[in-house]
Amino acid sequence: MAIAMAIRSFLFLLLLFFSSLNPILSLYEDQVGLMDWHQQFIGKVKQAVFHTQKTGRKRVVVSTEENVIASLDLRHGEIFWRHVLATNDVIDGIDIAIGKYVITLSSGGSILRAWNLPDGQMVWESSLQGPKHSKSLLLVLTNLKVDKDNVVIVFTNGRLHAVSSIDGEVLWKKDFEAESLDVQQVIQPPGSDLVYVVGFAASSQFEMYQINARNGELLKHESAAFSGGFLGEVSLVSSETLVALDSTGSILLTISSHNGKISFQQTPISNLVGDSLGPAVITPSSVTGIFSLKVNAITIFIRVIGEGKLEVLEKTNLKTAVSDALSISEGKQAFALIQHAGSEIHLTVKPADDWDGNLLKESIKMDRQRGLVHKVFINNYIRTDRSYGFRVLIVMEDHSLLLLQQGEIVWSREDGLASIIDVTTSELPVEKDGVSVAKVEHNLFEWLKGHMLKLKGTLMLASPEDMAAIQSMRLKSSEKSKMTRDHNGFRKLLIVLTRAGKLFALHTGDGRIVWSHLLQSLHKPQACQHLIGLNLYQWQVPHHHAMDENPSVLVVGRCGPSLDAPGVLSFVDTYTGKELSSLSLAHSVAQVIPLPYTDSTEQRLHLLIDADQHAHLYPKTPEAIGIFQREFSNIYWYSVEDDNGIIKGYALKSKCTSEVADEFCFDSRELWSVVFPSESEKIIATVTRKLNEVVHTQAKVIADQDVMYKYLSRNLLFVATAAPKASGEIGSVTPEESWLVAYLIDTVTGRILHRVTHHGSQGPVHAVFSENWVVYHYFNLRAHRYEMSVIEIYDQSRADDKDVWKLVLGKHNLTSPISSYSRPEVITKSQSYFFTHSLKSIAVTSTAKGITSKQLLIGTIGACFTGFGT
Amino acid sequence: MKTTEVIVAFILTLSLLSFPSLGFQSDELLVDDEEFGLEGAPQPRSPEPIPSRSQPVTTPTRKRHSDLDSDSKIQFSLDHAFGDSDFTPAGTFSARLKTWSHGGQTLTKLRFSRNSFTDEEKEKFKNLLESDDFYRIRLPSNVLSPPGRDFIISSVKARCLPREGLDEHFVIHMEGINVLAVNYGSPGSCPYPRNLKLPAKWSFNSHTVLKNSEQAPRAPVFTEEILGGENGEGEVVPPPERSFWAKYWMYLIPLGLIVMNAITQAMNLPEEQATGQVPAQGQPSGGAMQRGPSSAVRRR
Repeated sequence: MAIAMAIRSFLFLLLLFFSSLNPILSLYEDQVGLMDWHQQFIGKVKQAVFHTQKTGRKRVVVSTEENVIASLDLRHGEIFWRHVLATNDVIDGIDIAIGKYVITLSSGGSILRAWNLPDGQMVWESSLQGPKHSKSLLLVLTNLKVDKDNVVIVFTNGRLHAVSSIDGEVLWKKDFEAESLDVQQVIQPPGSDLVYVVGFAASSQFEMYQINARNGELLKHESAAFSGGFLGEVSLVSSETLVALDSTGSILLTISSHNGKISFQQTPISNLVGDSLGPAVITPSSVTGIFSLKVNAITIFIRVIGEGKLEVLEKTNLKTAVSDALSISEGKQAFALIQHAGSEIHLTVKPADDWDGNLLKESIKMDRQRGLVHKVFINNYIRTDRSYGFRVLIVMEDHSLLLLQQGEIVWSREDGLASIIDVTTSELPVEKDGVSVAKVEHNLFEWLKGHMLKLKGTLMLASPEDMAAIQSMRLKSSEKSKMTRDHNGFRKLLIVLTRAGKLFALHTGDGRIVWSHLLQSLHKPQACQHLIGLNLYQWQVPHHHAMDENPSVLVVGRCGPSLDAPGVLSFVDTYTGKELSSLSLAHSVAQVIPLPYTDSTEQRLHLLIDADQHAHLYPKTPEAIGIFQREFSNIYWYSVEDDNGIIKGYALKSKCTSEVADEFCFDSRELWSVVFPSESEKIIATVTRKLNEVVHTQAKVIADQDVMYKYLSRNLLFVATAAPKASGEIGSVTPEESWLVAYLIDTVTGRILHRVTHHGSQGPVHAVFSENWVVYHYFNLRAHRYEMSVIEIYDQSRADDKDVWKLVLGKHNLTSPISSYSRPEVITKSQSYFFTHSLKSIAVTSTAKGITSKQLLIGTIGACFTGFGT
Repeated sequence: MKTTEVIVAFILTLSLLSFPSLGFQSDELLVDDEEFGLEGAPQPRSPEPIPSRSQPVTTPTRKRHSDLDSDSKIQFSLDHAFGDSDFTPAGTFSARLKTWSHGGQTLTKLRFSRNSFTDEEKEKFKNLLESDDFYRIRLPSNVLSPPGRDFIISSVKARCLPREGLDEHFVIHMEGINVLAVNYGSPGSCPYPRNLKLPAKWSFNSHTVLKNSEQAPRAPVFTEEILGGENGEGEVVPPPERSFWAKYWMYLIPLGLIVMNAITQAMNLPEEQATGQVPAQGQPSGGAMQRGPSSAVRRR
């Protein structure tokens, strides 16, 4: 399990590396199967639990948004172990029980697992069911001992469970299904056997249940109505006081319970802030007596002084992040506060009962490319002088993870690389005559120092640090990791866009980060609130001016989750990582089509299709429009509506007929459509050929010494559909009611060139399309195993060209243009094979001239690579 | 060997018995496609116009022969558009709807009657030809309850159609009673520099083909079948016999070279003799007499 789930991001990286857009990546034969580099990432940390009480290894257990549970070394940030859960197995909460088990609640609260803390092996797993869907909460009762057993309280799916942390056995359970209860919190007051379940019923009723944690007995049930309704979450301030917001977000409610009576205190937020600025949000935190509110960009810290009296402690408009409370000694709590000020961040650790008595105040210089601090986790340790020290783990906007201690960044992890959404490659700079690699050793002192180090190494006098320095020097000067272009084009930069909206340039030789750039233009708060990075395209690849011009990439993003949100373009230099320019578009971006034309500055023309099927041409230059007009009638594209089951083809019609004259905008017309019957077919995969794939041989010699011509069309689309019932998990349907249909569709005319049904098979389908063949992988329900099929498509209209004499006499039609409007005379050949492995990704090797035989690269669940000849 | 054969046969029958309906259906579909689907309908002028022309409505007139496997006639219309104009009716497809005992429905015996172009339409089509624009057609996606979810649209450059008359070719991809896609275009090729050519006759020559999905060959479920097939009788399929030339070319070419060499030498030799003999004829016997002893000396 552990090995099987490993290395997801690595898979992404390497597969994309092999299959990336530029076709000149390849290897020498003796390099096949060797691993150049291997990096593991975990993703943006959601929750962190420190385990530092015992002597021995200090570690922190984290759960991330990429559904990873990992144990990290607190000294260096390395991964002790990690588990990548399935994509639908979202982690809801983690904690540590009995000092040796990591408890995780995942899959919407239905799976509770315990992992052994030292080595990450799974100890037990229990499945928790309940009557209805609800919020999932995990609470490990540390002080309640039942026969040396810690009890784990889980509220999930409308039911409260108490689970033994030793074996995962459910000790008792209690349903809350009777009322329409929306449970907000499960609270255990420190040092008691009681558990409080707090929630809202019917949106205006506040409910509180008191339950004996030992046996699940309901001791008390109180409720009170509040006419104003509630908004969002409640925050626990003390064991008897809660704060919540009313449904308008403008009145703060203090809910306190005394001896079975619930009372509300209302405080308008405008009284606290001075002037009302809009709806407020309570930021979740667990510091006793203090809570924080966010009103627009202002953060307000408020203390509750008994009986619903509130006191404003601080108002700040700096970007602020607060940690949960950490109990440092009996009854004392501390929490960390991080504020941004320019290029520095200020870390303050405050005790819960004294706002001004700072336990620690540090400021740390922070790289602007990391963005804002999103999360803070605090941990304490005992210094050599027996006083308390604090360290904090912070999660940044770019999803990186940093450990701060003693005013320094101890280590940092670039975990944004766990969620890569697109990759492209860039050539490295050409080695110029003046700038040799020897210039790295730029001054004499450095040069001498290097040689001294090497001498020390040979005389065995070097310390481990020296050895590391020697190693890194060797690595730097080695051929593989040079920052210049090599003869064969093996060395490249991988430009990677992560979900956090950060661009990284990785060197293919050793995987190091050459530069990184958080797309600032995409993060202007006024322009774009929720930016989603979409795609990367090669914008400018200089060949003629390769010596003095840098290549650049185009980053396409979208403001907000909806499809018709306006788009954002950003152009980034791939050598320096500097943003050259950025554009906020007036239209949305549904599709980006890189056209096979470049202008005189070698900028590639791109056609952006918006949600209304208007086409917009970029770059917006007169020259570009000139090139575009010449090819106007030869531009076709298609759209796939997965949820609708419709594929449509389009062509350009005329200039946009909007009131604003825009000569770079074009109307489109629908040319063809393929409508899959919704009751029997659902699109599950579409694959096309790579745009820049080079085919070397047009013909293939088949087994009986005959020659067949490959049907090489750039406009072929492979579509796989499955029965709607069978689009779920494998094994959820019987073979009789599941089928899989594979199509080859010409995207200019919408012709179906080939259509084949695999009965008793189902998805997921992974496919790769190259030259005239497509290989796809699916599950055969009858045979209970995976199968791979290949379809090859051959052109029969050129079958007569086999005659050598015709070729010699020039009577062949090999050079006549091929039109999609001709009726295609194709024949297909297909074969199926059983393939035991389940796939994560599949790709095909490509080379500059297409001469080298093709190999299929297959990424299996176990992160293995397999090469196949074709 | 015998026992394995028996087992294999047993397994085969089992596997056949376990999914009888599917296998049966699939075979039938293909047969239908081959036999009846390929009916061209060269009916250039339909004598009486179809009454319901204004909207694309089909009239499924059912006449039940029996309860099982009932056939009924249905019609659905073809619409066309010139460039960006609106769609107007252009013809009618009629077919027999076959209802299978297991509930599936398929179309057979598709016929097509095309309405001839009106003068206005001819004019529009001429404009299309001149501007090299698209001629578009559409079909309902469901033949029983048109237009179904959406119309199936297909288009072709108008210049691809004119030959003698106007030649068109439909391949209608069906899934039961649903039309998936229609491949529309000229029956032959339409090479890229499309030249302007007006048709000699303004009548359509239509070919229609109904297509259903092919069935993928089923991979053998049990390994025994594969093994049994291969090792059952120890039948190893011999590789195809190569031709004499393919087998022995490496011997034949040097042989040919030697022969050619020999021939050229043989050609040279008589020539040399011929040139050498001319002077020898001048000196008939003396030379010969002199040569004889000298060569004899050399041999020693």
